[in-house]
Amino acid sequence: MSWEFIHYGLGRWVHILFGVMWIGLLYYFNFVQVDAMKKAAADTPPTGAGISKHVAPLALFYFRWAAVGTWVMGAFLLGDKFDEAFLFKEHAYVPIGIGAWLGTIMLFNVWVLIWPNQKKILGLKPASDEEKAKARRVAFLASRTNTMLSIPMIFFMSSSALFHRGLFAG
Amino acid sequence: MKNPLDSLWGTVISGLVLTVVLYFLARAMMGGG
Repeated sequence: MSWEFIHYGLGRWVHILFGVMWIGLLYYFNFVQVDAMKKAAADTPPTGAGISKHVAPLALFYFRWAAVGTWVMGAFLLGDKFDEAFLFKEHAYVPIGIGAWLGTIMLFNVWVLIWPNQKKILGLKPASDEEKAKARRVAFLASRTNTMLSIPMIFFMSSSALFHRGLFAG
Repeated sequence: MKNPLDSLWGTVISGLVLTVVLYFLARAMMGGG
């Protein structure tokens, strides 16, 4: 087995596996759970406790570590072209560089904005009702921002075919 | 003005618009105009 196969074959495979888990759970939160929790809160009595207690913490665990795995494997894939991509040093690395920056901003949002605020919302970290309300808004907007950024991020991550067909230069 | 991120479809449309903007930015950065 050649190093090239491990790097670009297995590396890309694992990168995509982590990415599917990360973005899949992101879409679960935004397309399913937010709306479901709103409806559950409106039930009499409220019925969302099971989701908050059993589903959300587990989903958040895989979500935040899949984000790390995706980024680390992306950096591994870029290898010695890491700075060419992130600093846009070569024209050929501009699309993947934009995708890499979007992914990096998203990773930042997961660990700095979403997870610390979710700990307050889920009661894993003590917080007053006012702090919880603020945490809910920040985590929600960060999660929505990531959903928005995921759309161009996936476009640029999968853009090598476009590049090779000259569709970025025409 | 309402924040488009408060709505799921506002979020998706914002993502699509951002994709178009970044696509033309990438083309410009690559000298494609």
